Amino acid sequence: MMADTQIQKNAFNEPEERQTLVSPVRRHTIAVTVENEFGVLARVAGLFSGRGYNLESLSVAETLEPGVSRITLTTSGTDLVIEQITKQLNRLINVLKVVDLTDLVRIDRELVLIKVAAESASARDEVTRAVEVFRAKIIDAWPRGYVIEATGDAAKLKGLIDLLRPLGIKEVVRTGQVAIARGDAGGL
Amino acid sequence: MQPTVPPVTPSAPEVATRATNGSSASTARVIPPATGEKTGAEIFIDGLLREGVEMIWGYPGGAVIHIYDALYGSPIKHILVRHEQGAVHMADGYARSTGKVGVCLVTSGPGATNTVTGLANAYMDSIPVVVFTGQVPRHLIGNDAFQEADIVGITRPCTKHNFLVSRFEDLPRIMEEAFFLARTGRPGPVLVDIPKDLQAMKGPYKFPGGVKLRGYNPNLSGHVGQVKKAADLILQAQRPVLYTGGGVVLSGASAELTTLARSLSLPVTNTLMGLGAYPGNDPQFLGMLGMHGTYAANMAMDQADLLIAVGARFDDRVTGNVARFSLGSKKIHIDIDPTSISKNVRVDVPIVGDVADVLQKLNAELGRRGVTAAQHAQSIAPWLEQLATWQRTQPISYSQPDSNDVKPQYVIEQIWEATKERDAIISTEVGQHQMWTAQFYKFLRPRRWLTSGGLGTMGFGFPAAIGAALGNPDALSLCVAGDASFVMNMQELSTAVQYGVPVKVAIINNGFMGMVRQWQELFHGERYSEVNVQIQPDFVKLAEACGAKGGRARTAAEVPLLIKQMLETPGPFIGDFVVNKGENVYPMVPTGKGLADMILV
Ligand SMILES: Cc1ncc(C[n+]2csc(CCOP(=O)(O)OP(=O)(O)O)c2C)c(N)n1
Repeated sequence: MMADTQIQKNAFNEPEERQTLVSPVRRHTIAVTVENEFGVLARVAGLFSGRGYNLESLSVAETLEPGVSRITLTTSGTDLVIEQITKQLNRLINVLKVVDLTDLVRIDRELVLIKVAAESASARDEVTRAVEVFRAKIIDAWPRGYVIEATGDAAKLKGLIDLLRPLGIKEVVRTGQVAIARGDAGGL
Repeated sequence: MQPTVPPVTPSAPEVATRATNGSSASTARVIPPATGEKTGAEIFIDGLLREGVEMIWGYPGGAVIHIYDALYGSPIKHILVRHEQGAVHMADGYARSTGKVGVCLVTSGPGATNTVTGLANAYMDSIPVVVFTGQVPRHLIGNDAFQEADIVGITRPCTKHNFLVSRFEDLPRIMEEAFFLARTGRPGPVLVDIPKDLQAMKGPYKFPGGVKLRGYNPNLSGHVGQVKKAADLILQAQRPVLYTGGGVVLSGASAELTTLARSLSLPVTNTLMGLGAYPGNDPQFLGMLGMHGTYAANMAMDQADLLIAVGARFDDRVTGNVARFSLGSKKIHIDIDPTSISKNVRVDVPIVGDVADVLQKLNAELGRRGVTAAQHAQSIAPWLEQLATWQRTQPISYSQPDSNDVKPQYVIEQIWEATKERDAIISTEVGQHQMWTAQFYKFLRPRRWLTSGGLGTMGFGFPAAIGAALGNPDALSLCVAGDASFVMNMQELSTAVQYGVPVKVAIINNGFMGMVRQWQELFHGERYSEVNVQIQPDFVKLAEACGAKGGRARTAAEVPLLIKQMLETPGPFIGDFVVNKGENVYPMVPTGKGLADMILV
């Protein structure tokens, strides 16, 4: 025998579909300060893998305060997932503070090193022009190519890489994004 | 509810001892000094004594041999288990039943890895356990040394926190932090890995005598504004239900919960973990909810216009298909752990805080509103009538056998009858017998029901019952076991015999992994794949072989006699109850279905 029922209206006159509303997946930039204890990075990374959250980039280095590091990570998810991520991060004992910078006015930066082939004169011209346009730097040169250094947000770096790709990019290395809120907002 | 339930004379539930390990220890206890000069092993023993630890569970080996040396002749009682998994479950059962922290000590490598299931089990159910593992000497760490395992790495996702002690001077601080983390906030297991060379080393030490952790500040105090909003909702609701879980037990908030329910005549359902936090024989109690919950409890959840979730986490075994879960209700959620809130189900009024604190505030707030229980019962009368109808028409029940067969549910009822006057601690293994115990035993007080809720660990119940018996020498500790589950940690029978632990085991022997067989019957076309465990030891002879006593019941008439014998025989006793093989647990909410889509008997 199966029980059959229908949903009764509640006393609060709420639409029934209220709780099934799902927000879209968005990219988030989250800053996390942590005590620089043994294994702390493994705890943070393990939280993402263990709970099936997506982790797009992670960068970490010490802050001015000895023993405290700052992690910038980028991830994506619905509002509910991001809420869980920040709560779960906060739950880690070595995590001191978590700030979701996504909706703050902020500065995003990433550094990229690109090794690009450029043997012909025209190719070398093109590289130098691209470097100028993107305010990048040539930091190494030899007869068959260059190493270019550029900083910027994700969109700018993508633009530069797209421009250089037809010339033959041999290697790219990126630091992962770091971010800071403008003005007094989002202090850690 | 059973129509056969005796009339209620609910005594106020005992306020469970809050998790203050050691506060109940005898005043004669000697607290070792905070400073001095000793070996790491001696500091370790002092650390335990300073925390008020009276008893630990463990198993020696090379990487803890210095600690075992320091243990020799110390005031700490050590229980030598037969497998390290048993040690953690015993410490866990001790912790669940006493509210104190359970402590284990094991060696490196295999000793440490054998604790993983126990840790994961304690983690899922938020039980305060501290496991100390020996580690290879520091200079060998990372070298694939003999009996080396990266136990901190292995247990990171199944502990609340863990530590590798890397400097001698850190040991006292880490010991204090380990106990503090285990028992405060949302409790949980903590592991401390201590390299062997630190145990042998001698030097000056200092216990800080207080824990300060920058990144750990659980919010205990509920927000008053939120409490007011909750009170508003409660008074407006026409179809409210209190849905309460293990958090009420952990917080020691049974009295506050009972006050809340009684003060406004609110119906109460408990999760598997929450049983005992509200008297199971109270007329306002709807029984357990969820996959094998009562018709009334699940229908109440489905049809409510307000859920008051207290120390519960909207687990998938409770909600069924979340997309169909209690769609017409607003939700208040009281929990100490912010991650539990709005994890599976969106909540309207979240209140983060210790359950006892929040309920006290809520009770005070509702008190100021001046609505009496009788008045409120009047204003939600149609709902209370509806609930009563559901309870009356679809009680938890089972069909009486036509033969002399023993129905498993009958065994549980008989155990209840035989133990209801006593301070009985009931543990279970995992499977059908676990659900029947949850359904047919009436838990009247918190910390008297020990079951592996989150992880569902077969092999938990028997060692947990030993731990509970050791921690509660005046209580009766009885494990209701499945025949398959019991053999997973049956080696601990020798432990029980060695220490004269009067633990009782009632094996509900259906010759099958009953719960899996039930699923195969209902959802896999009766293709019984690898669920037949008919080759089992003779449990009565097994008891005797280990120096315990045992007995068997094959007919319904023999059941009460065997229970009587079990309870009257001193020391450990195994009762083998040979029951119907084909019995299923009902009601059942099939996976993926909504709570209202229960299969009834
Ligand atoms: C360690 C472990 N392995 C496997 C399972 C899956 N499982 C859940 S219930 C069950 C059968 C339990 O059989 P038994 O102990 O005889 O209890 P019954 O269901 O027959 O009452 C199994 C295998 C589990 N919960 N735990």
